Amino acid sequence: MIPFDFEYHRPASVREAAVVYRQLEEAGKAPVWYGGGSELISMARVGNMGFGAVIDLKSIPDCRLLDNSGDEVHLGAGLTLDEIRRSEKFPLLGQTAGRIADHTMQCKITLGGNLASTIIYREAALPLLLGDATITTGGEKGIKRYRIRDIFRDRLQLPKREFIVSTSVARQYAEAPYFHIKKTKNEKIDYPLITTTALIANGYLRIAFSGLAAYPVRDEVVEAILNDQSIDFERRAEGAAAALAGILLEDMNGSSAYRRFVLKNTLVSILESIKDAQVPCIR
Amino acid sequence: MYTLKEKTVVTLRVNGEDRQALIRPGDILLDTLRDGLGLTGAKPGCLNGDCGACTVLVDGTPIKSCLMLTAEAVGHEITTVEGLSDTPIQRAFIELFAFQCGYCTSGFLMVCHALAGQMQTPPDAVIDEWLESNICRCTSYEEIGKAVRAVLNGEIK
Repeated sequence: MIPFDFEYHRPASVREAAVVYRQLEEAGKAPVWYGGGSELISMARVGNMGFGAVIDLKSIPDCRLLDNSGDEVHLGAGLTLDEIRRSEKFPLLGQTAGRIADHTMQCKITLGGNLASTIIYREAALPLLLGDATITTGGEKGIKRYRIRDIFRDRLQLPKREFIVSTSVARQYAEAPYFHIKKTKNEKIDYPLITTTALIANGYLRIAFSGLAAYPVRDEVVEAILNDQSIDFERRAEGAAAALAGILLEDMNGSSAYRRFVLKNTLVSILESIKDAQVPCIR
Repeated sequence: MYTLKEKTVVTLRVNGEDRQALIRPGDILLDTLRDGLGLTGAKPGCLNGDCGACTVLVDGTPIKSCLMLTAEAVGHEITTVEGLSDTPIQRAFIELFAFQCGYCTSGFLMVCHALAGQMQTPPDAVIDEWLESNICRCTSYEEIGKAVRAVLNGEIK
């Protein structure tokens, strides 16, 4: 049971959502955007989050977009992780989504909800960072589009009163060869010790991590080191791990030293797979 | 726009019937099913989306009802374990002894029923993946796996 009262609003359009947000805010209701709701309900239940109204975005048709008919793959923020996986429109994102929580939860958690999560992992952001995604938002001023690198700095930093409507990634990235390696402390279903995602675009390895630091990481310096063919795999992996050493998490899932050890070995494994043309999941 | 501002009587479609329930906008589906409609098959366990004891189907999809607002379910088809009477998966659980204390059973039944409804011949990895959403403290996993496979391969109809 959630131990406080709040209002529930389910708008049918971006415009309706923006209007009701403003109205609720002016009425002092402290509204929050609502996707799958799993994080919000579990936090509200134990008093870690308070609000006076939720605005459920899942029924807005623009948030249900699922299309790859042109040069881009468009995925609505209201799609569940399971829907994204089954669509096979962006295989790396699908595989990443398929390792977030458990299958039943994947039927509830939405793409937008994972991206906007207060929990540090936000694994669904990794493929979008690698694909230089565009984030489409809705709000009082209508539809806006942002490059993900401009609004995802450690976490999603949307202007107040805006919500994610959809994401778009060029098909050349969505259909590129990829890696997804999730390592947990113990159980298969758990937050990541390190989730490593990578894709190869135009012969260049792009790579991003969750669980490594207190936020999802894609680092151009690290990518430059890993793509430097003048040095061997071991030294590339060690160099990349060293470049990230300052941000490595130290928590109950693993020490920073252990994460560095796992990271280096994961990177060597990826580089060797590329060399041997054993890239998994090549479409 | 659908809006609930205060305690309201809503109509929920549960197990093929329209049911009236008085709810707060902040009520979770699990509480409404159990306390408002007397459908106590969905069990409260962790209340945090981890154990799966409260799993129901919403439009045929397994959902942990502790993490769904009742308001979200308005307009959708809800199936609880009470709606699985005389189904193959119930017979399979009985015939293959796929439970011990039984507390997790309704949640497992819902997941298995949904899987059988969505896929005819899922690979083992998919079956395992679906079942990993639920926890059985008596560790009946082997028998539960056999039960769902018996339904999927038509041994129990």
